Order: sequence, then C-alpha cells, then structure tokens
Amino acid sequence: MATLKELSTKEFGISSGHRACAGCAFPMIIKQVLLAAENPVVVGCATGCMEVTTTIYPYTAWKVPFIHNAFENVAATVSGVEAAYQSLRRKGKIDKKIDFIAFGGDGGTYDIGFQSLSGAMERGHDMLYICYDNQAYMNTGIQRSSATPYGANTTTSPAGTVSFGKKQYRKDLTEVMAAHGIPFAAQASPAMWNDFISKVQRALAVEGPAFINVIQPCVLGWKYDSSLSVALAKLAVDTCFWPLYEVVDGKHKLSYKPKDKRPVREFLEKQDRFRHLFTPQNEHVIDEIQADIDRRWEALLIKCGEA
Amino acid sequence: MSIRVAKTGNEAVAEAMRQIRPDVVAAYPITPQTEIVQLFSGFVANGLVDTEMVTVESEHSAMSATIGAAAAGARAMTATSANGLALMWEVVYIAASMRLPIVMPVVNRALSGPINIHCDHSDTMGARDSGWIQLFSENAQEAYDNVLQAVRISEDPNVLLPTMVTMDGFIISHAMEVMEMLEDEKVRQWVGEYVPLNPLLDVENPVTMGPLDLFDWNMEHKRQQAEAMVQSKPVILQVAEEYAKLTGRRYSLFEEYKLDDAEIAIVVLGSTAGTAKVVADNLRQQGVKAGLLKIRVFRPFPAEEIANALKHLKAVAVMDRSDSFNAVSGPVFAEVRSALYGIANAPIIVDYIYGIGGRDVKPDHIESVYNDLAQIAAQGKADRLLTYLGVRE
Repeated sequence: MATLKELSTKEFGISSGHRACAGCAFPMIIKQVLLAAENPVVVGCATGCMEVTTTIYPYTAWKVPFIHNAFENVAATVSGVEAAYQSLRRKGKIDKKIDFIAFGGDGGTYDIGFQSLSGAMERGHDMLYICYDNQAYMNTGIQRSSATPYGANTTTSPAGTVSFGKKQYRKDLTEVMAAHGIPFAAQASPAMWNDFISKVQRALAVEGPAFINVIQPCVLGWKYDSSLSVALAKLAVDTCFWPLYEVVDGKHKLSYKPKDKRPVREFLEKQDRFRHLFTPQNEHVIDEIQADIDRRWEALLIKCGEA
Repeated sequence: MSIRVAKTGNEAVAEAMRQIRPDVVAAYPITPQTEIVQLFSGFVANGLVDTEMVTVESEHSAMSATIGAAAAGARAMTATSANGLALMWEVVYIAASMRLPIVMPVVNRALSGPINIHCDHSDTMGARDSGWIQLFSENAQEAYDNVLQAVRISEDPNVLLPTMVTMDGFIISHAMEVMEMLEDEKVRQWVGEYVPLNPLLDVENPVTMGPLDLFDWNMEHKRQQAEAMVQSKPVILQVAEEYAKLTGRRYSLFEEYKLDDAEIAIVVLGSTAGTAKVVADNLRQQGVKAGLLKIRVFRPFPAEEIANALKHLKAVAVMDRSDSFNAVSGPVFAEVRSALYGIANAPIIVDYIYGIGGRDVKPDHIESVYNDLAQIAAQGKADRLLTYLGVRE
C-alpha cells in the first residue's frame, strides 16, 4: 500500500472539467480506484451519472481506455473486453498485464444489471466490478432502487400523508455477490480512502472476479449540503449503516469496527430524504431502521468472528 | 481445391466460424441456432480453434460481450435466432452505431408470440433498421459463403458495420445438403489478419467509446452511419467478385432467375427461392414466361438495381415471410414497391404473406401465386394488394 505522499505524485486517471455535481462523491471514488491500480486499466461504465457527466462528446474526462455500452450490461461488456484480452494474449498479440474495471451505479448493478453481473462473476472473468451505490436512480431523478434504504423519500417512493417513503429494506448485494463464491467481495467508503485503495489493490491482484460495493453520498438525491459528502460517507460507516468488511475466499473479515457506534439518527437527520421521518407519526420508522441495522451488524460480527 | 461435403446449414455455419477462427465468440443457445453454439464449443474443447468462448447467461449479454470484445480489438462473433435477437435488440443497435465489424449468423425463426420454433423472417425483418448489413441465404452453401464474405465486408475500412447472415430455421439449419467448403488455409488467407481501429486494449492510446452524444453531434454520427451503409454496397460487390475468383461461386445483391424475358416474377428471400425456381422451371415448360428475383442483400436495400431488374415485367408478387401488422403489407413489399415508384409503366405489384411460424410452402402454393400473376398481367389490374397464402380464413 502506497503512502498518501506517494499517491499524491501519481497522475489522476480522470481529469477535472467533468460535469458531476459539486460535492458528488463518485469523482473521488474514480480517483481512488485509478490511483490504486498498478497496471494499465481498461474501464467500462454502465449508463448513469458517472457516464453522462464524464463523456459528453466531443469531450472525455477519462485518461484511460473507457467503454460505455448500455445500462444493464457493463459486466457483460467488460467480460467481452477481458475475453478479447485473454485471447489476444494467448496468441502473443499483447504481452502486458492489463486490469479490467467495471463501474455501475446501484440501479445498473442491483437491479437492471444484476443478471449480467451475476453471469460475469459466475464465469470467472478476471475483472473488478465496482458498484457506486448512491441508493437510488439518481441520473433519472431520484427514483427508488432495490438499494434505496427503508424509509427514504424518492420520487417513486415519495413520503406522503399515508406513506413514510420506501417500504422495503435494501437488498444486501455485497452478501449476494459473496455467495457467488468469488475470490474477493467487499464494502468500502470513499471517506476511508486507505481501506478502499487497499481493497481495490487486493481485488485487482486476485485471479478472477472481484466485487466492491462502495457507498456514494449524492448531494441531490440525499439532499444535504455539498460540503458534507465525505462526512456522510464516514458517518454511514460509524453508524454501521454501511459496515466495512471483506469476504476473501469465502471468509468474512471486518475491516473497521467503530469505537463508538453512533445511532443511525445522526446519519438520517443530516439528509432531507429522511426529514419526514422526524415527525410524531413516522418516528417509529427510525426505530425500525435502527433495529434493522443492529440486527445486520450483529449478524456480520458473527460472520467475521468478532461477536 | 475445395472440399465437397454433406452438411446441415448449422454445421456449414459452424465450420465457417471454425475456419475464420474468431478471437472471441460469445453466445447463448436458442432453437434452431443451438447446434452452431454446440459445435463451436466442441471445436474449442478439442483445440481446433484458439477462440475465447464466452458462454453468457443471455443473448443480451451475448451481444454486449461481443461488443466489448470487438471494441477491445478482437474479431468477435455470436449467433442467435428469434427471441434471442429480440432480447439483444438494444445492443444490436449499439453494435452498429459503434461501427464494430461483428458477424452474426441468425437462424430465422418466428418471433413470439405465440411461441413457435419454426421458420419465418419476423426476427431479422424487425432488425432491418438496426444499422446492420443483412445477407439472406437460400441454402447451406450460401449461408457458408455469406459468412465468409461477411467478415470481409464488415471489416472493410469504408464500411465498419456489423453483418447478419440469415438462414431459414430448420429448412436450412437442420437439412443436410451437399456443399463445397474451402480449405482451412484458404479461409485463413481470405479473412486475413484482423487489424482493429482504435482498440481499447491499446492502453498507450486511450480512447473513450460509447460517449454521451447529444443534439450537437448525434445527427452527424447517424449521418456517417447511413453513409457507411451506402458505401457497403460497392464493397459487397467487390468482395463477391473476389469470392467468385476463389470459389467459382458468383454472388451479387440479388439473383435474377430467368428474369430477362419474363413477364411475371416472384420476389423472394431465403429457402423458398429454391422451391420457386422449380415451379418457374415447370411453368416455363408450359410456355409461361415466369421468372424470379431472390434478394440476397436486404440491407443495404438495392432499390435502384431491383427496380431496373423488375421494370420490364407485367406483374410482380413479393413474398413476405413476416407481417408488418401495418394493415397494408409485409416489409419486403413496402421496400420493393417503393423502389418501383415513379418508374414509367412499372409492373403491377402485389404481396403474399406466407410461411408464418414455419407453415409449409409447397410448389402448389408458389404455382398459385404465378397463376394469380398471369391473371393480373392479362387483366392489367390486381383485385387486391395483399394475400395471405395457405392460411385458413
């Protein structure tokens, strides 16, 4: 693992001038991922905020080879790129080591791209899939996905006089990917850059498929002040809303155990997507969210041998 | 010299793929294409090709992975049928817009619903505006020859468009016939070494593929795509010319069968052409001046050439093996009649929708069409534009 000083001397794989929102957390995710890569990389990206803000023709923010195909198929697309690499390498037409990274948002990963992702992981392509999970379809205007948390207000799970927002809990995709038996699956946060970069490096080092789910605070979708992205990415971890852990060769390992596990209320109250919960009729939802987090955290601790 | 073999259409296409030795094949099984994927997997398993075989979990991923492989710089192929083509619809268009020279055999099968596994052209006709070159085949020999030519057409620097090579499900794909194959080495020379343009794997020269392309440039790119289709026509003819030198088998945009002195003719695609030729021969013996035009290249559509070939006739029947459900005609008819529009003394033209869902097409059916045409020619008018052939009504 390189030091921060060493990393600071490396050129970013993405240029400034892209059109992501002020405070958006995914440009820092891209930077950390590309800083972590030690070999040349080819990047694939699902349709979504990341693609539309970084590749508006005739401009591109990407300094590495990049392909966007469609919304639901980045895993299959990068499968093909990786297959071409294996073939051309076997034929002696390419000799250098190249790493393959696919980026998808939660909509393109948990939902519409789920089959494509599952297939690519099962086939064992040597690639790293990174889900930048901002917990809703942000690019189309904040619609609920299966990654949207319980109680969140989105444009298709709006809070109203008879609704407290989304009525279902999140799909636990990291566990679903680990259940594929892939050599490396992990959760990360851009606020914990050291942990994230280390995970990317180890994910790229494994032979075969790897999956990292990284939380990405979204200024517009979560509705908070744009200076708070990193703070929220950290608070998500410290409340155990987004635990950091990894599953390597089937073995769970906790990456970070908050010394002082914060109540989820502290995470929720900073985001207007949860504002409607702080009312007498919806207070129970906050309790339910806390209970769910506690239950999942305890289960994770047992899996990690920390209980 | 060439090798004489007995092969089914699927075997012929699989053999062509073996000889082409694509860098990557990503495919998913679907009746009646399945055998192609199975046979090719066997070639991989037995070391007859050094292709990277990606056995994807759907046709959408088959085309997506093929696009990824082609963009990376590989010669990449897939194959499908019917619902498989429909499932990959979205990315079929993207392959063309990315100008990736992918070759895809499509074994024609009726598109659901109701579900049916037998031949009609509703699958590939639906993809006629996707930006792919479309070559139709009458038999296993043509399917084989078209696949070999498609590689050269698609990869031509003036074209860089993907190509679908179609053959009729079961009628061609599963029927054994005697055909000629080229020697492996000759095919290797014919397709040559693939030199990709701006591949993703050239990491020293990074490119961004598939960017967001809004109103300020999108139209120029679509215009270029349209122009590539125009440019593909002379390339298709040039490749056919070279292929004739190699094999003695001559191809063009379409085949004219006894058309020069004909008074009535059928326009047809695929295996039905074989049946229709027999019927035309029989009618000729009875003194009927019957001819036939078999379309090989449906995209780019050779409108001017077809109009020239048909303009001297008295009556023409277009045979459509799919319906447009536009309450007027099938898709081939719309193109052919449009091609004839504005031609002085153009023939009377009518449409027959036939063979849907694999409905058998017998010589009697074709003969009834020629009989109708003879009557139309004699009357100087047609009573109706569209007839459903061999249907219970």
